[in-house]
Amino acid sequence: MKMKPIAKVYTALLMLFLFAPIAILIVFSFNSAKSLSVFSGFSLHWYQELLRDSETLDAVRNTLVLAVSASVISTLMGTAAAVGIYRLRSRYLRAALDTVTNIPMINPDIITGISLMLMFVFVGRFFGAATSLNFGTMLISHITFCLPYVILQVLPKLQQMDHALPEAAMDLGCTPLKAFFKVEVPEIMPGIVTGLIMAFTLSLDDFVISYFTSGNGFQTLPIRIYNMTKKTVTPKMYALATLIFFVILAMLLITNLMDANTATDVQDAKRRRNTGTQ
Amino acid sequence: MKTSLSVKGQRSLIQRIALAPYSVWAVLFILVPLVFVAYYAFTDQNYAFTTDNITRFFTATSQVADGDTVREVHTYLLIFGRSLKLAVISTLICLLLGYPFAYLIAKASPRTQSLLITVIMIPMWMNFLIRTYAWMTILQDTGILNSFLRFFGIKPLHIIGTEGAVVIGMVYDYLPYMILPIYSVMAKMDERLIEAAYDLGCDGAGVLRRVIWPLSLPGVISGIEMVLIPSISTFYISQKLGNGKFYLIGDAIESQYTANNLHFAAAIAFVLMIVLLIGMAILQRGANRRAAA
Repeated sequence: MKMKPIAKVYTALLMLFLFAPIAILIVFSFNSAKSLSVFSGFSLHWYQELLRDSETLDAVRNTLVLAVSASVISTLMGTAAAVGIYRLRSRYLRAALDTVTNIPMINPDIITGISLMLMFVFVGRFFGAATSLNFGTMLISHITFCLPYVILQVLPKLQQMDHALPEAAMDLGCTPLKAFFKVEVPEIMPGIVTGLIMAFTLSLDDFVISYFTSGNGFQTLPIRIYNMTKKTVTPKMYALATLIFFVILAMLLITNLMDANTATDVQDAKRRRNTGTQ
Repeated sequence: MKTSLSVKGQRSLIQRIALAPYSVWAVLFILVPLVFVAYYAFTDQNYAFTTDNITRFFTATSQVADGDTVREVHTYLLIFGRSLKLAVISTLICLLLGYPFAYLIAKASPRTQSLLITVIMIPMWMNFLIRTYAWMTILQDTGILNSFLRFFGIKPLHIIGTEGAVVIGMVYDYLPYMILPIYSVMAKMDERLIEAAYDLGCDGAGVLRRVIWPLSLPGVISGIEMVLIPSISTFYISQKLGNGKFYLIGDAIESQYTANNLHFAAAIAFVLMIVLLIGMAILQRGANRRAAA
């Protein structure tokens, strides 16, 4: 069905609403002057400024260390969890686990953040520590909010998998562990990779939970941005946001390409196996 | 037979080992922290039991200038009511804007569908703080929107620092979360039902009201949840777009946290959690009843 003119106009207006602020933001990151509402000319000045800002560069390093650790740990633990949940026979346990897994996704970020912070502060005081919020507490928090997304990516892949495959491998003499790594892991790989990249981007972008669980010393990029918006904002901050934006977009694009490819690979493999042709 | 049993045993052992770390993690870092919210909400600085924090939430008053007179108001009830009001308005606007758009996407060719879905998610990947800040530069009295209006000889608008500006920020930030679930339900809708309704003499409005709307209701409900929950608990948007004049419940929690009043911050979070739980239960029940009817 072709779109009616009124539908086209509506789509255009909605896109304008969604993209105008992003476009303005990107354009003003190239402003030669300091203003965020009057464009004086194209310049890379603010990007150069950004590279000289040591506090921001520290934040870049912190964010990457945190996002890599959180996404790798949550992917390992989440994939294992998905395998366990998938084989769970008890309906009661399954429902309980599903409910708990849903909590961080349904709860507002501010409540997840506050609840973790209260626990960390309490435990810290219990052990007599002066400050209990640090890189470790932030890492725990990031792993916690990434885990449900990893599980939700991996679980469907397990359900789509041909159940006979691991059985066949074991009939042919594989140990269960070997069958898992040789047969199941390759089958669910697209889900694992998508989960990993999703966890990475979520960790990279998180502000609210980080805000409540970071100590004074550890600054990630979103927290750095928050601190920058408290003072007078220059296009330098827009330059920073533009860079992060394109990094995340590039990652999503790669996932998309990769997932589509792995998906066709898997289909191709399935076709060959089913029909016995090469 | 014996070997197959031991293989089974090994597999269930693997399953248990695989699930163990996450189970422990989920209890320690998802469930226990929520217990701490309640614990802090009902204790004082010395961790002795008290209901003072909760009482303070419901009874604290402050004075508000209302024209020439000074009114006494319940501080936190006022803030909570305002959060609820702005969140509900934003959710309704998202529904009004998003519903027809979700329908348009679902009607498009499969290629266009996936393109449009990808495209409306793109702005979500720009940092939330900066998106909000960009709206501030657009809506300011001397901002981009007003220079645009002035260029066409239209009287400039005063938007920044009003509740309207806060609503614009919320709608902008959460609109895609309304569109996506409605779209995914509509995409699965059976076209033949709509055709049948037309064949049986329904007009366009009748089809929308009697066929499309009821079928899309699960998507609408989850869209409402996905917009209402973050917009009721947001902070920052009102600080930037409302010029700090329209304190919301999220701002209240944040400012108590910054002031290190953790017990009162927990009390506000606790009340928010309970209200959200009740609200979601009512919403789900309404949806179930509609589905059963």
